[in-house]
Amino acid sequence: MAKGILRAKAKAKGDNTLVKIMAKHAMETGNRKDKSGKKIPAKYIQTLSVAHNGKTVMEANMGPAVSKNPYMAFTFVGGAKGDELQMTWTENTGSTATETAKIK
Amino acid sequence: MMNRRSVLKAVFTGGLVAGMGVLMPRIAMAAWSKAAFEAETQDMAMGALYEANPSASADVTLKAPDIAENGAVVPISVKSSLSGVTSIAIFVAGNPLPLAAQFTIPEGTLANVSCRIRMGKTSDVTAVVTTAGGAFSASKEVKVTIGGCGG
Repeated sequence: MAKGILRAKAKAKGDNTLVKIMAKHAMETGNRKDKSGKKIPAKYIQTLSVAHNGKTVMEANMGPAVSKNPYMAFTFVGGAKGDELQMTWTENTGSTATETAKIK
Repeated sequence: MMNRRSVLKAVFTGGLVAGMGVLMPRIAMAAWSKAAFEAETQDMAMGALYEANPSASADVTLKAPDIAENGAVVPISVKSSLSGVTSIAIFVAGNPLPLAAQFTIPEGTLANVSCRIRMGKTSDVTAVVTTAGGAFSASKEVKVTIGGCGG
């Protein structure tokens, strides 16, 4: 598997798990122009879903107005140290990948 | 800003949104809603996502900076004390495409989400939270000193 674009930190605290995810992505809006004045085509992450033990805990739908290197943080109930999170992202170009992270 | 092409596009998307509203009762919340994300006004985007216009509620907390020095990265966090929150969406009224992000909150996930968005210019940021009881919102004006949309 190619090296992922997601950096995730998940920490179990009591009953909850705090998940912080940052994706390394330019999030091209489609409004920017290159030096010759041509528009750079839009290329951004549209969806990012996070699952814990097969149960989806978060689904983010993003538009081009999400900043470069999108970051998000959320908390879900459950999750223990050592559990694995599956994170699936989809780009507007259709490319998609699933990456995993361990809860610390 | 508003040239012929964008006017036509706005008219077209508007028609599309209206049309889809008739065909499909409400687009499944989980899917990436093309109509909502490509709507060029906040009303259109909200119309594509919600049955009725969200009502302002004190139970929705929107945390955003008063002044964003860099519009390319504006940290936003949304929290709600309402129970049974199913989704959180962030709108920026002044952006070319007002819907910035929408989060689907399954049961067991707290209604507390942070992310970073782009803002083209000073405008109101609105967070909308949906529960079984409807849609609730909170707004805040964020001043932007350097825009973050386009170059």
